[in-house]
Amino acid sequence: MQIQPNETILTVRGLDISFQTNAGDVHAIRGVDMVLHKGETVAIVGESGSGKSVSMKAVMGILDKNSVINGGEILFTYQENGVNKTVDILKMDRKAIRHTINGRHIAMVFQDPMTSLDPTMPIGKQIIEGMILHEHVSRREAWQKAVALLNMVGIPQPEKRMKHYPHQLSGGMRQRVVIAIALACDPDVLICDEPTTALDVTIQAKFLELIKSIQAETGISVIYITHDLGVVAKVADYVNVMYAGSIVERGTIDEIFYDPRHPYTWGLLSAMPDLDTNDERLYAIPGSPPNMIREKPGDAFAPRNIFALYIDDRLTPPMFKISETHFAATWLLHEKAPKVDMPAELKSRIDRMLKEAGK
Amino acid sequence: MSTPLLAVENLKQYFRINSHFTVKAVDGVSFEIYPGETYGLVGESGSGKSTIGRTVIRLYEPTHGKITFDGQDIGGKMERNVEKHLRLGMQMIFQDPMACLNPRKKVSDIIAQGLDIHQLYKSTRERNDKIAEILEQVGLAPDHASRYPHQFSGGQRQRVGIARALIMRPKLIIADECISALDVSIQAQVVNLMKDIQQNTGCAYLFIAHDLSMVKYISDRIGVLHMGHLVETGSKEEIFRNPVHPYTQSLLSAIPHPNPAVEKTRKAISYDYKEYGVDYTKGAEHLVEGTHKVLATDQEFVRWTAKA
Repeated sequence: MQIQPNETILTVRGLDISFQTNAGDVHAIRGVDMVLHKGETVAIVGESGSGKSVSMKAVMGILDKNSVINGGEILFTYQENGVNKTVDILKMDRKAIRHTINGRHIAMVFQDPMTSLDPTMPIGKQIIEGMILHEHVSRREAWQKAVALLNMVGIPQPEKRMKHYPHQLSGGMRQRVVIAIALACDPDVLICDEPTTALDVTIQAKFLELIKSIQAETGISVIYITHDLGVVAKVADYVNVMYAGSIVERGTIDEIFYDPRHPYTWGLLSAMPDLDTNDERLYAIPGSPPNMIREKPGDAFAPRNIFALYIDDRLTPPMFKISETHFAATWLLHEKAPKVDMPAELKSRIDRMLKEAGK
Repeated sequence: MSTPLLAVENLKQYFRINSHFTVKAVDGVSFEIYPGETYGLVGESGSGKSTIGRTVIRLYEPTHGKITFDGQDIGGKMERNVEKHLRLGMQMIFQDPMACLNPRKKVSDIIAQGLDIHQLYKSTRERNDKIAEILEQVGLAPDHASRYPHQFSGGQRQRVGIARALIMRPKLIIADECISALDVSIQAQVVNLMKDIQQNTGCAYLFIAHDLSMVKYISDRIGVLHMGHLVETGSKEEIFRNPVHPYTQSLLSAIPHPNPAVEKTRKAISYDYKEYGVDYTKGAEHLVEGTHKVLATDQEFVRWTAKA
């Protein structure tokens, strides 16, 4: 039985991870829930240190050695020999993940293409490495497929490029090679960890368009980890906003951009200057992200939140349901909370965006 | 118009790699910065924008060209008093707030290093007062002075970097990608801080960045750099309302808008200068309107302006 489009392939439930360091335990992930359907694009947005990369590393089973998994499950459904199989990645040992999941079913594109490629190996060899290991194909077949892949990611003269070393390519080309490697074994899920941070804006735009076209062609699911809301707007179907190790708001792209409910999301959206902003000052979220070593009760965002309520300092807010797809973790949505509207500047910006979109 | 604070004329900066190959990082760039304004320099990596910043503050020896700062020529070999004038009047904020602060020094010593070198205080008390004053100005507490850089977050470290530049009361600050290593919410804080400081002290900025939306927000005038050539320059309204050069157009189209309904369907304009057949060395500066200038040959200029 084929996995149908829109069927769930990845479910993360109650993920809880801490790291043991000299300074004490760092509670990096505090209950992350996430669902990924086939063919969809999910974006995880957050500041550095909010735990977005760590939660995806958990999905890949490549967490650092000092990590401790306190609870939760990561259910991944894939097809093997025509049969659907569901496994809990957290319960598998590293070797098994390496053999069955990594590269074959879930592949990852890292931030910096210079450090994720091997400088001593021609790029062709790096692409076919995974294919020979996982799919047991002959060198010749793998070579032909690698050329086709390079062609697909838009590298001119792929046969000639196969013998080139990473340093002979430009930054954008290198990132394309990294995608080719990730796609070599036809994975079901592609995780892109800040894929465009090291690239120029013009190359970034091309890169995102490339991933989109590949997605349309192969029906692969994509998870983007990013802090750039512009990138999110371009690619994502669903958005998860992360803060201090937990997801504070999630919803479809339209819900997050046109009807945000969490004060942190308000802040993120207001802090980004769009090209039509004429305000004298940019809105800035006050303070800085919390130190995860010191855990405090209540809402982690409360100290930076001008709308914080008394209860925010004592109890962590649960996820309040706004619609079938839209959830936010803030006490402001509780029925007894005072009515707080989003800042007027953000409201006017959203109105302007809606007008621009012709809605 | 008043006299420019900084005037750069036909600046060239070449780096000789070996006897056959010379990198022309900056190839004939001219621009002016007036007192109290912000000049934004944008371009992709490798376009030479950081090189310009570093040449202007004389970390490099310019290959060719004239740089005038505050009425004094700083392009060639400098007299001792001219160099002192430059070092006092021009400061730099660097990109990576972790790498640019000496991890073995206390914040107070990092900030006051310029004062120490130029002996700008009479007593330890005066030094401490100056440090405390500047820390307050950038939004840090006075007791932060006795800490080390690693005890700060990224945004706070960048504030230390800004404090170090500010304590000299410079007329021009070169900000080289000073916000690109920071988180979105912290970027806004730092940019607001830089704007406040400009209002209070009247210093000018040379703001180097690749993020056009931030550049538009902070700059009064913008220069677009590509392959070491300044392809288009003008006030931010002129550049954003009517981009003439195809490179500027592609750069503007590549900025992602935080508006999903529009962004999903929008395609970026691609620009390959080889395909376009544009030879920057043949182009000359053409005036479009007001202060808006574009680098083009006569035919290109006619073609590009006709399209718009």
